[in-house]
Amino acid sequence: MSATTYGWLVLAFPLAGSIVVALAWRSLPGRAAGLIGSAAIGLAFLNAIAALIQLQGEPAEERILTSSLWDYAVTSGVDVKLGILIDPLAVFMALVVSGVSFLIHVYSVAYMESDRGYRRYFSYLNFFVFSMLLLVLAGNFVILIIGWAFVGFASYALISFWYRRRTATAAGMKAFVINVVGDVGLVLAAILLQRDTGALDFPTAFERAPEVFTPNGWPIVAICLLIMVGAFAKSAQIPLHTWLPDAMEGPTPVSALIHAATMVTAGVYLIARTFPLFELAPTAADISAAIGVLTFLFAASVALVVTDLKRIIAYSTISQIGYMIAGVSIAAYGAGLFHLMTHAFFKALMFMAAGSVIAAMAGSQNIDRMSGLRRAMPLTFVGFLIAALALGAFPGFSGYYSKDEILALAAERGGGYWWIYIAGTLGALLTAIYAFRMVFRCFFGPACPEARELEQGHLHHAEPANPITGEPEDTDVGYPGPEHHIAEREFSMAVPMVLLAVLSVIGGVVQIPEVTHVIESFLEPTFEESRFAGLEISGGIEALALIVGAISSLLGIGIAYVLWIESPGTTVDLARRLPRLHGFLEHKWYFDELYDLAFVRPARALGKGASGVFERVVIQGMVGGTTAAVRMGNSLVRVAQSGLLRYYALLLLVGVGGLALYFLVVSS
Amino acid sequence: VDIGWYLVLSAFIFCIGATGVLTRRSPLVILICLELMLNGANLALAAFARMTGTADGQVFALIVMIVAACEVVIGLGLIVAMFRNRLPMDVDEMSELKG
Repeated sequence: MSATTYGWLVLAFPLAGSIVVALAWRSLPGRAAGLIGSAAIGLAFLNAIAALIQLQGEPAEERILTSSLWDYAVTSGVDVKLGILIDPLAVFMALVVSGVSFLIHVYSVAYMESDRGYRRYFSYLNFFVFSMLLLVLAGNFVILIIGWAFVGFASYALISFWYRRRTATAAGMKAFVINVVGDVGLVLAAILLQRDTGALDFPTAFERAPEVFTPNGWPIVAICLLIMVGAFAKSAQIPLHTWLPDAMEGPTPVSALIHAATMVTAGVYLIARTFPLFELAPTAADISAAIGVLTFLFAASVALVVTDLKRIIAYSTISQIGYMIAGVSIAAYGAGLFHLMTHAFFKALMFMAAGSVIAAMAGSQNIDRMSGLRRAMPLTFVGFLIAALALGAFPGFSGYYSKDEILALAAERGGGYWWIYIAGTLGALLTAIYAFRMVFRCFFGPACPEARELEQGHLHHAEPANPITGEPEDTDVGYPGPEHHIAEREFSMAVPMVLLAVLSVIGGVVQIPEVTHVIESFLEPTFEESRFAGLEISGGIEALALIVGAISSLLGIGIAYVLWIESPGTTVDLARRLPRLHGFLEHKWYFDELYDLAFVRPARALGKGASGVFERVVIQGMVGGTTAAVRMGNSLVRVAQSGLLRYYALLLLVGVGGLALYFLVVSS
Repeated sequence: VDIGWYLVLSAFIFCIGATGVLTRRSPLVILICLELMLNGANLALAAFARMTGTADGQVFALIVMIVAACEVVIGLGLIVAMFRNRLPMDVDEMSELKG
């Protein structure tokens, strides 16, 4: 079979899994839904590997294949097929998405077991994987937008999975609304591209783009900015990032899969996919890189003060995606996508470990309540530690190589891009600090009551309550189930964590500077047209980046050690002494407040005005006026309807007689 | 005989019928008066047929008779139903369908 056939199969299995679980949910006992869902994704992953093998068997210049099932929309000038594009980038993304998804499905099989919505969960999750794969395999903008919107819906459905929690449904709506803002940007970009190049499928549009657009002219910059709106909404970059921390309302495996490893990297993929356009519009690419830089600094600073474990990791995700966005925007495609891959490994692992910790704390997510879980949860501790080391770019771990490669390439391009390097190094320092803030505060120090209980072999149990507001809940459908599951006791949670831990450690070996360059050379056919294809990082800068990266990482871990182990309480002191700074960070740079002021309140005021003035005067006037007119008209006609038979007969006679007379007069 | 006489007779019968329909209140009498009106028209049709020497008018007269028969069936049926339900035999009192 050809690579494209495998590509279609990659799409078919998750869709089939979703439909089967959705239709047969009544007759699926116990963990059956989870096993079906996991098997579907596992098969998709195997097919992605098969596609990879097929693709590698082709000569390098023939590794961009398209295939279409049928015409999707063909009218004058528009030619859209239901088609996929199989090239190294698509296969790379499909491998990362289906591989990490498979592990998270396996983790969920146990983690979600006692939830009453178990089968609904797996149906949604499979649908998400299908949508994400459709997004990355799409052969033209229309199919891409369909996948893009499906992913947004799946994310909404899974954030609001516990639909009786008011906070969860509100978070789902917030995510959906912001995602739709991005969808609109992407659709407008596609329309403009169709207008100017006359093509919507990637290869043709990119081929024609250099002929149609003047480099850095306003049409191409506008298109790129609109694409960026789409990418930033999905990838939670400033100013469209506010939904991602709230998305942590969903179940923890969902956070691991959608809001850390795969969906939020769609923006990175999009910019990498449309790189020929961005290289024609350096202004847009530079704005994108600047926003990426701003985002990773912003998110890293906020992650230092947030006390909700999952939200810390969410801000960390925003921050790491900022690195990727900056990377692909400065033409470090291989490095950006390499970081995407390693980030998927260690961030999924970190969320899995966090899920286990939250389960041990009986649903509580506040790190102020956690401490000393190290001895009670050895496996979770090791997993979290490895993820934190990779996140903090500890030398030798996967995150170290991928992050430093982005920064080295920024330095290599020189000029203003040195700022990206400097900011990136500062960001790396902050990253190491907050990563180890979590490790030190959750796992070190005196054991908290829950940890002591667990050490005696008993999992802490608490009355079910909303972890954010503390509202009491029950354990029926629409709320989390009654039982909690920790990795130490569940085989199917431990295995994915161990695998991801191994990948987080050794994932970097595929691309060690000067030694290996698997990703770079694999992706080469996709990016060979790039103006920066020949850009080599010089040895000096490479060495500088690696050394500075190692120093910033170790320094960050050292600072975290001093702050939270050596002299705990320093941070409380600092917060008290710098209330302004602390408040600024704690309120997440006041973004939510700003949006409340700029959008929510005006919209609400508009609504109030509409219901008070417009509704009462205009609409009710129209409605009342119409009924009054009708009533007046019928009171005139009613007189004729007397109900008297003889009266009707008279009218008939007079009428017919009158007509006869009239015709007589006329004809004579 | 001049056709005018036939037409005068026919108009006379038609007017008697119409007056009956308009002035009487018993449904049975109204039905009989309707028959008068129809037969007045029939007479005119037959007279015209005789005048032109063709059968067209007679065919029309036959069709009118068929219509009249149908109408009588329905009308009498209604009247029987009214008797059965002990409704007042007065069309002026049966005026519930007013607007």
